[in-house]
Amino acid sequence: MSVLEVEGLAKSFGGVQAVRNVAFTLDAGELLALIGPNGAGKTTCFNLLNGQLQPDAGEVRLAGTSLIGKSPRKIWRLGVGRTFQITATYRSMSVRENVQMVLLSHHRRMLGFWRRAADLYRDEATALLERVGMAGQAERPCSVLAYGDLKRVELAMALASRPRLLLMDEPTAGMAPKERIELMALTADLVRESGIAVLFTEHDMDVVFTHAHRIIVLNRGEMIAAGPPDAVRGDPRVQEVYLGSGAMFGQGKDKDSAA
Amino acid sequence: MAFYVAQFLSGLSQAASLFLVAAGLSIIFGVTRIVNFAHGSFYMLGAYLAYMMADMWSGAVGFWGAILLSALTVGLLGVAMEVLLLRRLYRSPELFQLLATFGVVLVVQDVALAIWGPEDLLGPRAPGLDGVVRIFGLPFPQYELFLIVLGPAVLGLLWLTFHRTRWGTLVRAATQDREMTAALGVNQTWLFTSVLFLGSALAGLGGALQIPREAVNLQMDINIVVEAFVVVVVGGMGSVTGAFLAALLIGQLQAFGILIFPGITLVLVFLVMAVVLVVRPYGLLGRAPATARGESHALEPPLYPAGRGLQFAGLALIVALIALPAVLGDYALVVLTEVLILALFAASLHFIMGPGGMISFGHAAYFGLGAYGAALLVEHFDAGMVTGLVVAPLAAGVGALLFGWFCVRLSGVYLAMLTLAFAQIVWSVAFQWYSVTGGDNGILGVWPAAWASPKWVFYYLTLVLCTGGVLLLRRIIFAPFGYALRAGRDSPLRSDAIGLDVTRYQWLAFTLAGTFAGLAGGLYAYAKGSVFPTLLDIPISVDGLVMVLLGGVQTLSGPIVGAAVFHGLETEMVRYTDYWRLLLGLTIILLVLVFPQGIVGALQSRLGARFSPRLREQVAR
Repeated sequence: MSVLEVEGLAKSFGGVQAVRNVAFTLDAGELLALIGPNGAGKTTCFNLLNGQLQPDAGEVRLAGTSLIGKSPRKIWRLGVGRTFQITATYRSMSVRENVQMVLLSHHRRMLGFWRRAADLYRDEATALLERVGMAGQAERPCSVLAYGDLKRVELAMALASRPRLLLMDEPTAGMAPKERIELMALTADLVRESGIAVLFTEHDMDVVFTHAHRIIVLNRGEMIAAGPPDAVRGDPRVQEVYLGSGAMFGQGKDKDSAA
Repeated sequence: MAFYVAQFLSGLSQAASLFLVAAGLSIIFGVTRIVNFAHGSFYMLGAYLAYMMADMWSGAVGFWGAILLSALTVGLLGVAMEVLLLRRLYRSPELFQLLATFGVVLVVQDVALAIWGPEDLLGPRAPGLDGVVRIFGLPFPQYELFLIVLGPAVLGLLWLTFHRTRWGTLVRAATQDREMTAALGVNQTWLFTSVLFLGSALAGLGGALQIPREAVNLQMDINIVVEAFVVVVVGGMGSVTGAFLAALLIGQLQAFGILIFPGITLVLVFLVMAVVLVVRPYGLLGRAPATARGESHALEPPLYPAGRGLQFAGLALIVALIALPAVLGDYALVVLTEVLILALFAASLHFIMGPGGMISFGHAAYFGLGAYGAALLVEHFDAGMVTGLVVAPLAAGVGALLFGWFCVRLSGVYLAMLTLAFAQIVWSVAFQWYSVTGGDNGILGVWPAAWASPKWVFYYLTLVLCTGGVLLLRRIIFAPFGYALRAGRDSPLRSDAIGLDVTRYQWLAFTLAGTFAGLAGGLYAYAKGSVFPTLLDIPISVDGLVMVLLGGVQTLSGPIVGAAVFHGLETEMVRYTDYWRLLLGLTIILLVLVFPQGIVGALQSRLGARFSPRLREQVAR
């Protein structure tokens, strides 16, 4: 059984059909990239999967369990981790405490009123930080970290709850080129080791075509292509979306600077 | 029929002056995010200045000149406050400016007392508008009709200013997104200064226009600032049109409320505010505030458990507190007992304000519920002190559980104002339910049990309970629950994404804080031997805020230091001078300028290495 099954997903805002009839599956240990020009519906798609938005139609199943109508908190408890396009960490806490927060929540220990939180799951948090190369900075407050390091902390936080599915919204946005490659290589390693399924959106095509096992291309809310990187690269419709039809200017095709 | 029309019209004229003041407050808050307690003081100054000038000059020119000139003068005073005081505090923790404006309130109170004396002053009638017109046969003052027209006229002028001038556009832009406006190269400093001018001038105008209607007095400031906050919040912060609608609503409520609900007049306005906020969390025309980027205020530093130095200092303090009764007289012990009680009260408020990120303008409710819980048991059931001290925190806790459920659904100033509304509702119950609470006369004879009646015994009892309470709250802050609270404050988005039910934790924290405040209130009742509705009133809530902010909201020992400094200063100053408000106000302003992050906050960043060696080391890397 696939980790994630999506069928006939649709959502419109007012008169704009942001996502229509999106369907795909995602297996354990697979890295699936969701790409498309700005406004193609990637973020809407993401928000439909993690419960921020409710779809107008369609079905989303995590290992057979429907996620429709469930809150983001509930979906996280079922095993869906996520990282944000703009990092969201606890700025008044240290790097290790950030990871400990996830562990405390995962083990349902948040309603403790006596024992020091900093002493709980300390080693487990350190091990996770070790894995993403942040153990050396475990004591530093998140408010003083470099952006690339924050992204690593977020990755450790996402892994802490041992998710079956990891949703990464533009994991390398705002990072230097060298950091991007390192972060995605790390992610790919983690996927291989732990068998997590990863769905990510990304504007950097180098990252996408180097690491994704499969790619889905969205344009104006619709899936126009899906398949392994080579097939997608050669797809004429994808080329048209990303490069324009080439016939003339001003035909109203969405162009994307990242292409 | 004629009577109702007249009542309706007087509601409208009431709304006009309320609108002027509230519009000024709303504009200032919208742009600068300053909760300006001094706004009511500017209103009062406007009235006094206009009275003085109209008294000196006569005739129509003299009167109307006095009104305009006093508005301008008050506007300039607002500028002075911004330039000399607030401008130095923009990088302080959020709400810290509130403390500075509170200092200004105290100073203005005593300055007005010194210049104009304690008597109510009756101003002249407005030349040209001193007659009455007959409406359905009943006389109605021309001046009131003038105010009814003036309200919409000012609204129109403000609308034109905000939509047709460059300055107005900038103000609207800054209200919506301050950081972006600054990033586009707009000179924030001048924008803030000019906004303070306009806002304060509107307050001054509102006050000046009152002189033909009511006697100028020293209580004008506190009355109007609370009403103006209600209007601003009901209308939606930063929305001038919203303020206008809300002023109409409140004006009519005040005009007709007394006819329809004579029993609950005092609280009607707050009931309506509570209902509006529960139904529309951002007021009638308000919008959810743009996400603050968090860069404009002082960074929330990480919390570390006490290092050796601090542990030693804390131990030394406790030993000293245990030893003190041997050397202190009864009076000093009584003051020290009060300081301990207020320290617990401040620590409980800090628990929700600091780690919880929830500002409360109504924490007095839980202090007072505790005090009344104990006192009512004594009065009606002849209960003993121990029972009273058990029931006090429970009563306050139940109150906090009930009110908190509504409050935690809001955030920021809206949350703060809803806590105030609930506190005022409790206050009015205590004030007006005469048969049970004794109303204004309070409940007397709430004395400690015989074994605890010597001052030193009660002192030790207080020491044990308050130290225990403060340490327990501290313990909770370092426990997972405290971390969950800070998580909700730091990033609601992330908290939601890792399964934390932030609203539920906030509700629980609110209840806990109320419970501890209730314990403090119960102790206070027995320490004083009596309870009065004033224990539930706004000044107690403000004292709590002042203590927390003065000590440093971003630190754990701040509230305790704040309570000791504030209560110590107030008690001593009241003893030695009639102008203690002036002195206290100036001291607060001075402390605010010297310690822009609160006393402990500033000490911590200066002596950082000694108190938390880890912080400095980790930040500096």
